[in-house]
Amino acid sequence: MITPLAFDVAHLFAGSLVLVSFMLLYQDRMTGLVNTFALHALVVSFSVAWQAYIQQAPHLYITAAIALGIKAIVIPVVLHRMIVRLGIHRTIEPVVGVGLTMLAGIGLIALSIMVMLPITAQAGTLAREDLAFALSVILLGLLMMISRRNAVSQVIGFMSIENGLILAATGAKGMPLVVEISVAFSILVALIVIGIFLFRIRERFETVDIHLLHEHRGEQP
Amino acid sequence: MTAELLLWCVAALLATGAAGLLLHRRPMASAAVYAASLAITAAALTISARALLSPASLNGVISLPLGLPWLGTHFKVDALSAFFLLVINVGGAMASLFALGYGRHEETPGRVLPFFPAFLAGMNAVLLAADAFTFLFAWEFMSLSSWALVMAHHRRAGNAAAGYLYLLMASFGTLALLLAFGLLAGPSGAYDFAAIRQMPPAAAVSAVVLVLALIGAGSKAGLVPLHVWLPLAHPAAPTHVSALMSGVMTKVAVYGFVRIVFDLLGPPTWWWGAVVPFIGGITAVMGVLYALLQNDLKRLLAYSTVENIGIIFVGLGLALAFEANEMQAAAALAFTAALLHVFNHSLFKSLLFFGAGAVLSSTGERDMDRLGGLIHRMPRTAFAFLIGSAAISALPPFNGFVSEWLTFQAILLSPTLPQWLLKFLVPAVGALLALAAALAGACFVKAFGFTFLGRPRSDIAREAADTDRWSIAGMFILAALCLVAGILPGYFIDALGPVIEAMTGASLPRQEQLDWLTIVPIAQSRSSYNGLLVFFFIVLSASLAAEAIHRWASAAVRRSAPWDCGFPDSSPATQYSPGSFSQPIRRVFGSVLFRAHEEVQMPPPGDASPARLQVRLRDLPWDVIYAPMARAVAYCAERVNALQFLTIRGYLTLVFSALVVLLMVLAIWQ
Repeated sequence: MITPLAFDVAHLFAGSLVLVSFMLLYQDRMTGLVNTFALHALVVSFSVAWQAYIQQAPHLYITAAIALGIKAIVIPVVLHRMIVRLGIHRTIEPVVGVGLTMLAGIGLIALSIMVMLPITAQAGTLAREDLAFALSVILLGLLMMISRRNAVSQVIGFMSIENGLILAATGAKGMPLVVEISVAFSILVALIVIGIFLFRIRERFETVDIHLLHEHRGEQP
Repeated sequence: MTAELLLWCVAALLATGAAGLLLHRRPMASAAVYAASLAITAAALTISARALLSPASLNGVISLPLGLPWLGTHFKVDALSAFFLLVINVGGAMASLFALGYGRHEETPGRVLPFFPAFLAGMNAVLLAADAFTFLFAWEFMSLSSWALVMAHHRRAGNAAAGYLYLLMASFGTLALLLAFGLLAGPSGAYDFAAIRQMPPAAAVSAVVLVLALIGAGSKAGLVPLHVWLPLAHPAAPTHVSALMSGVMTKVAVYGFVRIVFDLLGPPTWWWGAVVPFIGGITAVMGVLYALLQNDLKRLLAYSTVENIGIIFVGLGLALAFEANEMQAAAALAFTAALLHVFNHSLFKSLLFFGAGAVLSSTGERDMDRLGGLIHRMPRTAFAFLIGSAAISALPPFNGFVSEWLTFQAILLSPTLPQWLLKFLVPAVGALLALAAALAGACFVKAFGFTFLGRPRSDIAREAADTDRWSIAGMFILAALCLVAGILPGYFIDALGPVIEAMTGASLPRQEQLDWLTIVPIAQSRSSYNGLLVFFFIVLSASLAAEAIHRWASAAVRRSAPWDCGFPDSSPATQYSPGSFSQPIRRVFGSVLFRAHEEVQMPPPGDASPARLQVRLRDLPWDVIYAPMARAVAYCAERVNALQFLTIRGYLTLVFSALVVLLMVLAIWQ
């Protein structure tokens, strides 16, 4: 049985994850963005570790360790080096209307709570709150992907979606470790592929602004 | 047992098709495939005729573990399907017989031989099906195999477009039937016909099913305004296939309508009896008017099919009206008339198409402007075609007269209907039908007259030779059947008894014990018809007249050329032409129904070239319904096409907004 303290702590971590997602939304420098993403991954790994503790599910510790090792350390380091090598570490990315994006984000959180709470009426309180938070994180990640132009920000948005998925999966009891490992690996592979792709784009077009890619598509109306 | 044997026939036809696919390069392949089709359809014909005459021998459902795993496929023969199986296999056997000769001229046998037996198999399978899935599967199989046959000569001008239109309309019709069966099956998904019969749908649902059945079956049968594909696709196929499509496949569509509306849908509502005859009447008149304006012989015949489908649907609709008012005897009369016309039309339409095919194979022409005088070159074809023309124009003593007469008898019973709308509407439909019958006469005067009479309008028509004996045999058997069904209709009506009984709950009184083979559909006081007596009278008076003319009049004739009978110029172009023949009709109905546009192009003064009269006709449903629909589809497609060219962020935004909208719907809907 979950004690009030355990519930509160789990709630705190999930809530912080949504908060960090908001922080991702208004970062306008590349380095700040990557650092915030590292924080995002850190919060996820704490949240998963706490779930492992209260559910007495030791395999979740491995999940937490993977999240900590790969997403909070390896990926941010790789991204930092990539940014430096691409020479965009001083770039200030224009975030289209911070105020508007934040308002849209608040709307998305309200939406996910309105959707999730009624359908999960039968589930436990913790799972309900967790699912609502996880959906918010996913929607905020999508919002980030569409409100940014830089390919690096899109990668980060994509990976924050994945963090949301992990939050949802660990809140519901017992996601098999295999699934988690495969998801983590696919994220890593995606990072490598996108990284290579970014350098190729950069070599060819001397920018990573994906808007400019559009003009080079084969078929045009 | 019957269903089992017929299923073996279907399997044998499919095997023949496969053999045709493998062996079509061999020189004897054509003869072998058609001979096999002839043997199999003749066997199926015998089996179904026996089933129709002794319906007690029909037993239960055969289920095979094919198709959907939780449903299986069910096959059953009852009186109704036995009758339609008979119609189809008569047509199929005759088409195979005709093709034994005609198929030798086929330049691409590989495109015809595999699909012809498959087409026959598909039509038989539709009639055997006893659940919705099997029915629709067989229906689609039939559509696709006939589409392949339409596309046999796909390089010829217009055929590819005709095939495309056919495919589109066939898919649309199947979609409508799919929805109809979905509604009939209800939420529990009972697709078995027996299960559907157990629970008739609510009134609103059955109205929708009626409309869907009209669209689904009507698009295959050629009801106006769903007929547009028919006059393009039917003539495009090789002629024996045209005969099958026009004479037989449209009957499968009628079967689909009857099966859904009379059998599965439960008791009718009275307004159904207003809608169906009205559409039928319009179809009959429009069909024959279009037919009358055609100069292409096969296209004329295809449009005439539209007319006859109209007559059949008038009969079916009247049966619905009478049945809704519990006038079972009258419903039985109207239904008998419709089914008899189904049988008759399959006979004479196949016969006429064979005639057109014989003309086509010996002259290479379908255009009546380049035919003429063929009665001297092809006397036997001309004779058979004449009998078919008389039968389709509903002249006694042939079979067309009997069924149309019965339809009119049913129309004459309409004042006894209680609803005022029907009291007014049905006589109006009767007037439309009378108009159609008269115009059909004119239409076939044109078809026969300009093809076989007069002087040849081209060199190729001057040197034509009569066709081979297989084709002649096919035509003469059909002509004989037309005559037999015309002078002995009582036996045919009696044979239909079990079908009528099963569908309307009553049947016409037995006709066979009446004196002199008279038929009396309702009661002695109303009216009666004796085909045999009419036949003897016609034979006797015609022989006497001929004798008298030859004895007294011909002998007095001396050959001289004082006035040249209006032909001072011997050029065949001075003859009355098919276009001139239909010009009065075109002028009367032209501006409204056909949007006719006539233009005279005079050469400038001093120029010796001839003046030209150009007539342009449009199909009204095409302009009013199909062209705007096509424009709307093209417009939407063009707008949606922009989605193909978004940026990556654009696509992500699209996905994201779709997700958000769905979530909002979910949040609000709860």
